[in-house]
Amino acid sequence: MATLKDVQNKIQAVKKTKQITKAMNMVAASRLRGAQQNMDSFRPYADKFAEVLGSLAEKSGDDANPLLVPKEEVKKVHIILCTSDRGLCGGFNANLTAVAANFVNDTKDNGLEITFTCYGKKGRDFCRNTGYDIEEEILGVMGNEVDFARASETSKKIVEGFLDDTYDEVYVVLSEFISMAKQIPTLKQVLPIPPIETKEESTIGDDFNYLPEHICEPSTEGLFADMLPRNVSVQIHRALLETNTSEHAARMMAMDNATQACNDMLENLTLAYNKARQTAITAELMDIVGGAEALKG
Amino acid sequence: MTDFIKLEVVTPAKSIVKEEAEIVMAPGVLGEFGVLKGHTPFLTTLRTGVLHYTDSSGAEKKVFVSGGFAEALPDKVTVLAEIAEKSEDIDLEAAKTDAEQARKTIDSEDVEGPELDAAKAALELAQGKINAVESGE
Repeated sequence: MATLKDVQNKIQAVKKTKQITKAMNMVAASRLRGAQQNMDSFRPYADKFAEVLGSLAEKSGDDANPLLVPKEEVKKVHIILCTSDRGLCGGFNANLTAVAANFVNDTKDNGLEITFTCYGKKGRDFCRNTGYDIEEEILGVMGNEVDFARASETSKKIVEGFLDDTYDEVYVVLSEFISMAKQIPTLKQVLPIPPIETKEESTIGDDFNYLPEHICEPSTEGLFADMLPRNVSVQIHRALLETNTSEHAARMMAMDNATQACNDMLENLTLAYNKARQTAITAELMDIVGGAEALKG
Repeated sequence: MTDFIKLEVVTPAKSIVKEEAEIVMAPGVLGEFGVLKGHTPFLTTLRTGVLHYTDSSGAEKKVFVSGGFAEALPDKVTVLAEIAEKSEDIDLEAAKTDAEQARKTIDSEDVEGPELDAAKAALELAQGKINAVESGE
């Protein structure tokens, strides 16, 4: 049976924990707002880019650029694993690394050589512990400013790697941000670039025939060749932004749950404390009454 | 009454310019080009350089752009650039320091390969910014 003092200590401890989880919840909430804003301000760029690229693809055909053509034999696969630097965000990182691990397990038998680029400490640690081959680790980006230059660097590296056969396929593992309560860890193919969606319904006027009458400089092919590597940067940047936003959302949820759990614990502990106190008082009373009775003789 | 064309300059981080312009002059990869309202649909990649435009009040404005492309439609010009900065937002001193540093790196003998390329790119960027501020003043 816990003594009064024990229960009191426990209550204090849980209260402290609750303070921390509550604070973290609020920090995550404010960061989430920032991250969402970043995502929103990237959207116009990405949308326009996709629009132009889609119509160029329609014009150029499917094998106009080596980045579009799948390799005949796939031996070397590269995975860009986006995770967070910090923990305390529930199953967020575990879910992401599980996606990567599943991929590795599923393809294990094909004799693939799989290498990793890790964004975020958690993914790096996971790869180290499991013994995966880490080619590059980028820390201190996730959870802070995700800038486009960073994404471009990575994309430059993988595009070059793809062209000189260092990699045959490149994937990115990211967490798609659906809503505050829902983030889906996903594996996406980056290279070779999957067939680009060409939108049928044009967003510009009804009878305005898009692109066919565009003049292109230097040439359609030239433009296409210039834009495809950029498209890889756009994809990676988007993956980073989404994962970043998801991280904060996941942390917010996790901390919200933790605060809730603290509340429940506090309730139970307070009850236990009150009971213990009452028992002590009752016992004392019994003593006094017993003593008085004895004196009366 | 002049007809205005919509101009939009967007970077991955944010939208830099969104306003009506009388004329837009942009540094295309095959040479500078100007766009007025009613331009033929046109798509081109951009060099690192300065984009000029005259806004609806007739004032000339400059925007530094790097790494991107422009799309001209009869009533709208969209510029997607990796880096873009309005000339009034450019920190001239910082750009000059950057240029100086990049020059030093290029001049020193022991730098080569990717590092040299990076320095050259940095110089081009800084120089472009300086030009954007100083040209036409």
